[in-house]
Amino acid sequence: MSSKAMSSKTLPSKAMPSQTLPGEALRNIVPPIVLALVLILCWQGLHLATASGAISSPAATLARLVVLMGSGRFWLDVAETGTAFAWALALSIVLGIGLGVVLALLRPVGEVMEPILVTFYSLPKVTLYPLVLLIFGLGMPAKVAFGIMHGLVPITLLTRNAITQLKPVYLRTAKVMRLSAFEAVRSVVLPAIIPELVAGIRIGFSLSLLGVLIGEMFASKRGLGFTAVNAMGLGDLDTIMAIGLFLALFAVLANSGLLSLERAIRHRSAGR
Amino acid sequence: MRYRALVTLAVVLACVLALELACALGWVARTVIIPPSEMVGSLRDILWSGEFNRAIALTLTNVMISVVISIAAGFVLGVAIHASDFLRRAVEPYLASYYAVPTFIFYPVFIVLFGVNSAAIIAIAVLLSIVAMITATMNGLDRIPTVLLRTAKIMRLSPVKTALMIQLPAAAPYFFTGARLSVAYSFIGVIASEFILSGDGLGYAIAYAYNNFENRQMYGLMLLIVIAVTLVNMTLDRLDRRLQSRLRR
Repeated sequence: MSSKAMSSKTLPSKAMPSQTLPGEALRNIVPPIVLALVLILCWQGLHLATASGAISSPAATLARLVVLMGSGRFWLDVAETGTAFAWALALSIVLGIGLGVVLALLRPVGEVMEPILVTFYSLPKVTLYPLVLLIFGLGMPAKVAFGIMHGLVPITLLTRNAITQLKPVYLRTAKVMRLSAFEAVRSVVLPAIIPELVAGIRIGFSLSLLGVLIGEMFASKRGLGFTAVNAMGLGDLDTIMAIGLFLALFAVLANSGLLSLERAIRHRSAGR
Repeated sequence: MRYRALVTLAVVLACVLALELACALGWVARTVIIPPSEMVGSLRDILWSGEFNRAIALTLTNVMISVVISIAAGFVLGVAIHASDFLRRAVEPYLASYYAVPTFIFYPVFIVLFGVNSAAIIAIAVLLSIVAMITATMNGLDRIPTVLLRTAKIMRLSPVKTALMIQLPAAAPYFFTGARLSVAYSFIGVIASEFILSGDGLGYAIAYAYNNFENRQMYGLMLLIVIAVTLVNMTLDRLDRRLQSRLRR
């Protein structure tokens, strides 16, 4: 009774935003921009406050980034890091989804393995980096392996979770249609959990990038992580900030893209 | 439930045994992995000799400072952002992408700001863990059932009393989840910073042992961190689950 009264009351106000769409959009866009400007001002303030401008100013960082992006060396680093990252991400996605599906369908195995995976996920994995280096040696394979160590587990856990929380009717339908396990996964299970898969890939994306970069920062002779650590040894803060800015922009753009993809898919499947 | 935990433990033990066997049979080179039994021996030596007590104390202190700062500041910031519609709209898009940024790359910046000491390490760890607490605080405040707030209104509780007697208990489980994540992230932040770029602490001790081919010591230290962090995380996780199940009642 009261909820009915509530909904009829809120209906007109709910219809409002569609009428004043520009105003609503503005209310969503203006605050983040204001915050970004405040942060840049704080950064400039930090630059002025530190002795002899030890922290590079936003303008200097941007200028340095432009110079870096004009140099061949920088793109070699990007290619090196990018290759390791692409391999790590691709393998994390394929292995993570595969493992997640297996652990979800073999329920007892999944329930036994879940605590182990959760524990591994919250471990400081850098501790295990020497082990990776001893197994794979210095170079690309070690970086890729370390990236996978970061990216694989969240994708596995999210995939498994999504499937175990799937309505039983999906799997029953697959059974009624006498689909083989492989067919059921391909044409029923995976399409049903696409939004969660995108969410998993988004998190795997950030974490495997982090893994590859940490790998490069510790033991590597190439890549963005190495160049940043090298610049630190030289006291070249401009370069570090420029690389940091580049990576931050890349990561945030990719993340926002995947986030809006996820929302679009959810929206579409909710509308059906 | 208990049965399942036992099976999990058995699986872990089986893996350890398999590794021991592989080492004994010479399938795995000693230069790569030493047998688990030797890792345990090395861990015992490390703890008995007290050689690393200073490093252990330093790492734990840094983790604890980071945890306290992130929980306290994260809570305050979360409440402030929750209270202001403008702040919330401003911050939310950034929070969604925050963990995509590889924070470690900015470590040198903190060295310039704070000098080469624990403060730079703590800053990185706080940067990594505070956002989990902010998000959890906002989430907790969002999920307080409206009926509880209406009850507070009907009982004419003052804002302070509402906060202490209604909002805090209702949102506490979510706050605890944030605190638990802050602890895990603080460990990661402190140990990773020590490992990559510092000259002290447990993370550095492992990197140092690796660089000097001191495999025995390295694996002993790794085992120490893995066991300690696992115990802490598991304890907090269990408490967290208990609080969450209370929510569902």
